[in-house]
Amino acid sequence: MKARIHVTLKNGVLDPQGKAIEHALSNMGFDGVDEARQGKYIELDLSETDRAKAEAAVEEMCRKLIANTVIENYSIELE
Amino acid sequence: MKSAVIVFPGSNCDRDMAVALEKITGHKPLMVWHQDYDFDTVDFIALPGGFSYGDYLRCGAMSARSHIMKEVVKRANDGVPTFGVCNGFQILTETGVLPGALMRNAGLHFVCKDVELTVENNGTMFTSGYEAGSSITVPVAHHDGNYFADKETLDRIEGEGQVAFKYGENINGAQRQIAGVTNAKGNVLGMMPHPERMIEPALGGSDGRVLFESVMNSLG
Repeated sequence: MKARIHVTLKNGVLDPQGKAIEHALSNMGFDGVDEARQGKYIELDLSETDRAKAEAAVEEMCRKLIANTVIENYSIELE
Repeated sequence: MKSAVIVFPGSNCDRDMAVALEKITGHKPLMVWHQDYDFDTVDFIALPGGFSYGDYLRCGAMSARSHIMKEVVKRANDGVPTFGVCNGFQILTETGVLPGALMRNAGLHFVCKDVELTVENNGTMFTSGYEAGSSITVPVAHHDGNYFADKETLDRIEGEGQVAFKYGENINGAQRQIAGVTNAKGNVLGMMPHPERMIEPALGGSDGRVLFESVMNSLG
């Protein structure tokens, strides 16, 4: 089973790299980008075949290492 | 005062810290490798600056989960004076021993210069040798020193005197210009600036020395 994890900065947390992307796009002539937020994408190959168990395990991995919940949110997709 | 410096792959201020501790305390610190599980009883634990584990995932994230940090966190929670500088500060926030998180500098630049700090609370074991509200000069060298915590946390730590140092001016976007914070008990301090690089006139000043002397005096 594969877990696809997106880690993003919480709303209200300033994202200076996202801001730089936003400005660069605007400088390149791409109009209409109101905001850019940068995050991380992490893919895990899991040996677990039970979906519920896999979900619980990945949830714990996110809480304990993959995301810093002081500043970040995470979302998990299993397939 | 017997001390230990924890060394991670990618630490690069471990020797600066060791030299400062030896000069000030008169004793060579133990150098403890991150894969160790235990070390002798010491009066003071230092987590040095650097780029442990190449800053992978987030600064300090990997180190915070290393074998040795389980022991360091245990001792810190038991009251052993513990001091994290720069990457050491990032590691302590990643373990949850200190509140908040260190993010990429708001200006996206690595900032490397001497800065003015204000001593916000001189009632801690790390700052008792300074005058409250005084200004000291200590160098910074970091890319991820932008201190963040939510408003409730900021109000709480300010209210309870956990903010030890603030920057004299905004250098990295840190919330409320916070440069260093302690835990609620006051035995753990993390700060982005490097007092171990300012311990004698030959290094440009001695303002950092006072911090180590304060800890020594508090231990009697």
